[in-house]
Amino acid sequence: MIATVLSGRWVAVWRRNYLVWRKLAAASIAGNIIDPLFYLLGFGMGFATMIPEVEGVKYMAFLAGGTICYTTMLASSFEALYSGFARMHVQRTWEGIMNAPVSLEDVVLAEWVWAASKSLLSGTAILLVAIALGLSQSWTMVFIVPLAFLIGLSFAGMGLVMTAIAKSYDFFTYWFTLVLTPQMLLCGVFFPTSGLPAWVQAVASALPLTHAIAIGRPLFLGVWPESALLHAGVLAAYGLAGFWIALTLLRRRLLA
Amino acid sequence: MDGVLDAKGVRKSYDGREVVAGIDLALAKGECFGLLGPNGAGKTTTLRMLLGLTAPDAGTISLLGHPVPQAAREGRIRVGVVPQVDNLDPDFTVSENLLVYGRYFGIPEREVAARLPRLLEFAALETRGSSRIQSLSGGMKRRLVLARALVNDPELIFLDEPTTGLDPQARHLMWERLRLLLRQGKTILLTTHFMDEAERLCDRLAIIDHGRMLAQGAPHALIAEHIEPEVVEVYGEGVEDWYGSHAKALSARAELHGETAFCYVRGAEPVVASLKTFPALRFLHRPANLEDLFLKLTGREMRE
Repeated sequence: MIATVLSGRWVAVWRRNYLVWRKLAAASIAGNIIDPLFYLLGFGMGFATMIPEVEGVKYMAFLAGGTICYTTMLASSFEALYSGFARMHVQRTWEGIMNAPVSLEDVVLAEWVWAASKSLLSGTAILLVAIALGLSQSWTMVFIVPLAFLIGLSFAGMGLVMTAIAKSYDFFTYWFTLVLTPQMLLCGVFFPTSGLPAWVQAVASALPLTHAIAIGRPLFLGVWPESALLHAGVLAAYGLAGFWIALTLLRRRLLA
Repeated sequence: MDGVLDAKGVRKSYDGREVVAGIDLALAKGECFGLLGPNGAGKTTTLRMLLGLTAPDAGTISLLGHPVPQAAREGRIRVGVVPQVDNLDPDFTVSENLLVYGRYFGIPEREVAARLPRLLEFAALETRGSSRIQSLSGGMKRRLVLARALVNDPELIFLDEPTTGLDPQARHLMWERLRLLLRQGKTILLTTHFMDEAERLCDRLAIIDHGRMLAQGAPHALIAEHIEPEVVEVYGEGVEDWYGSHAKALSARAELHGETAFCYVRGAEPVVASLKTFPALRFLHRPANLEDLFLKLTGREMRE
């Protein structure tokens, strides 16, 4: 059904977002690198004195694997929520686009893929930083680039649901403080989840960032991840479910 | 039927309230058709349905020969839209706004780039191609939105209140551009609540209120059909006394609103003569216009 409402022109909408990003690329890339770099260096150097090794690897390298996934999650979330809401509601960019022969489905697909593209850009940037810091030299790292895109799709899909029901930017604070920050703390970015109470581990195992890190960290450290397809499937399922719900809500909001 | 735009029995309700309660329209190629109505009359909802952005509850719509909403996207390929609220892309310059918008129609960038000088000239923005949107005046933005609506060389242009919020100079320039488009054979559908705008531009118009069409036709024919040819507006200290004693008897129809009496007449001499004995009153004698018709059909109470 969705195929009949989509046109190749969603690419033009993706390209519009890309062109805007390109104008501000220098600042955007700097932000993509500097923020996680501070985390890496700050936490890494601070904790490294206390915890030289985690799960058999240097703490800095352990942390880098998690930080890449976490940064990637944030990149698409910010894009789908704040920037998406700006384009949908504040600037009415979508309205202008939909007066052309472009459907809402085209627009939302473009936003979804664009937000994931931001994750890819952001994930790649931090990966290069980690390489420059000499934290890993494994060739398996190249798979982190497509993984970043998948993580982006997963979180952008869910994020678009928030955008679809938001009345103002303030609403997004809930998503960040109640959904994303707990994942940063529970899903093994900074420390292994194996030390957490069983029930917390059970909760964490259902969260998408856990699955992202389950693939991303081994790839970064040069180990082939276990059950990679299962974890990727969970990420895809979160993303697709989010996208579908967001589209349903947006049809109600914008086409009623 | 030319088949530019055809709508029959179009209806739309929100939460049980009928916002559009049966609209019939048929636009011929090259004409300018106006939808007039007070705020909340259903104008914008009607436009959204005609463009296929909202599905009607009942009725049929054909946009440039394509059934709407089923094939609205095909219809919109040759349609331009000037929305009520400017939605230019603030992250792009004037020229970039046009180039990026062309891609939404699948037009190759080279083709839009070739049309760019003419579009900028049309918008009287020849020297502002690389300006930021934020630096443009309200009139410039409005003309750029119009130029953007022309990027696909449309046959039919929708304009939702094209001159609301513009100063007189900017309005006149906008009208001049719209007349130019009509001379090029474009078809225009516009909504407005400016009667002078409708009278100047529209070949035909429909007055709608509460989602219903109250009248439809050429502006002057409609005025002649519904309103006496002349109007005397009387105002000043003591107008109520004069209204009570003279207005009703001397006019075909008379109304008192606030401090002004409106006398609709076929000949103004008796009314004007009666005012000689009321030196405190002043008057304006004028031909009946679209506003008289509009107020007669939609009433004078405020809509907010």
